Amino acid sequence: MAPPADARLRLETVRLTALFGRRAVLKDVTIIFPAHTVTAVIGPSGCGKSTFLRCLNRMHELSEGGWVTGRVLLDGADIYDSHVDPVQLRRRIGMVFQRPTPFPTMSIYDNVAAGLRVNGHRGRRELDEVVERALRQAALWDEVKDRLRASALALSGGQQQRLCIARALAPQPEVLLLDEPTASLDPAGTQRIEELCHELKRLYTIVIVTHNMQQAARVSDYTAFFYLGDLIEVGRTEELFTRPTKEQTEAYITGRFG
Amino acid sequence: MSGRSVRRHVTSGLMTSLVAVLSFTAVFALVLILADLIAKGASSLDWDFFTKNPVPAGQSGGGVANAIVGTGIIVGLAALIGLPVGVGTGLYLAEYGSGRLGWTVRFVADVLNGTPSIVIGIFAWTWLVRPMHGYSALAGSVALAALMIPMIARTTEEMVRLVPHSLREAALALGYPRWRTSLRVVARTALAGIVTGCLVGIARIAGETAPLIFTALGNLNFTTNITQPMQTLPHEIYEYAQGPFEEWHRLAWASALVLMSLVLLLGVTARWAIRQRHGAAR
Repeated sequence: MAPPADARLRLETVRLTALFGRRAVLKDVTIIFPAHTVTAVIGPSGCGKSTFLRCLNRMHELSEGGWVTGRVLLDGADIYDSHVDPVQLRRRIGMVFQRPTPFPTMSIYDNVAAGLRVNGHRGRRELDEVVERALRQAALWDEVKDRLRASALALSGGQQQRLCIARALAPQPEVLLLDEPTASLDPAGTQRIEELCHELKRLYTIVIVTHNMQQAARVSDYTAFFYLGDLIEVGRTEELFTRPTKEQTEAYITGRFG
Repeated sequence: MSGRSVRRHVTSGLMTSLVAVLSFTAVFALVLILADLIAKGASSLDWDFFTKNPVPAGQSGGGVANAIVGTGIIVGLAALIGLPVGVGTGLYLAEYGSGRLGWTVRFVADVLNGTPSIVIGIFAWTWLVRPMHGYSALAGSVALAALMIPMIARTTEEMVRLVPHSLREAALALGYPRWRTSLRVVARTALAGIVTGCLVGIARIAGETAPLIFTALGNLNFTTNITQPMQTLPHEIYEYAQGPFEEWHRLAWASALVLMSLVLLLGVTARWAIRQRHGAAR
């Protein structure tokens, strides 16, 4: 494997607290996501893991009453700095949601090209190239190359989710956030996405929220366990699962709650 | 079958018949109206009816070309004013209207929606006809637009609200600015519904009579000048149906049939438009 070109890049949070109004749903989270790794975020429902993910691309502040304190550093620069435009930032940090969200009025091609077009890329040939590359990266190209003009809704659920991954990859973000990307998929679809994680970490830094501990164990290099808004423990995945240092972590991964 | 199961089946059967009868009643009114219109109006629909202007009272022959063209112009102009404003308002209400301003606009739109159309006509008379020293098609269009705007604003809002929130988030997460998310993703997804709302709105105002009495007034002659009084189908029906002449009654029946067909046509187009958008894989 070639050494990553931008080994320096990494994402980290420093004492990040996320609130809805006056209620903190995420408290004092400090964590580092090294470049070209997959970090799984696990924890029971309502532990704040989705909110955490949404803080990383400034989506949390779009929710009613959502705001944060603390810092999120992308390559050393705070993304919550006043001169950072959240719209521009979101082009550097791609996100894929629980349920596939293809734009229903757009074709497969236009869906993938959407993030580029909004960025001002119009050249036909450039778009063609990027769309093909993104679809190949998302392992969808062979299935759709003959019907790029068809409606995105014509695809199956798993294909739609891979389309959404392709859409997130097309603008070449630096970080990819996956919010339970396989929650609505069948086992085959899930497996495809997990394989993708392995391939895509060569190019991106990936944070994946998952409900499924086997999935976390399969796809991630690091695992972070959240409980009731606190980051309980983070470490190398195999260590966290075999030798958890905190009692809550052990209780959760052995299935005693959650 | 147990007793309970039998009772369930009977209840189900009874209820099904009941709703069937009720639906039939609803449809029956439309069928009755259409049948009556066709029986009394269809025979008068000839080339002259569509191409000739009215002849002096008491004479036979003539047509209602002036009213047909007038309706086209006045409704078209009203749509030109009302659709952009209405759709824009609806989009604003759905996407940005969560604050006090949104609440106020929504409240005003609802009140305006419930305002009798004749009141709108009187206001248009006070604000347009009087200052301009004369009845005009333009005043009629403005009155109709005022009727149309709250209706279209509210349907647009409903349609836009139906677009799942996840779609907005997907666009925002992709680096879409808010306004582009609203226009390129949300509004486009709701487009079929918005278009239907617009067509229904146009159909609604096409048959309005009361606001036109105070504004466009009516005109026995053919005109395309929007600063002058202009004849419309509803107004022409209103005049002719009251008149003493058999010939006028004949024309009124035929005009009613034409107006009804226009409205039906708009409704059918609206449905067709939806199916096209949803069926076509672009």
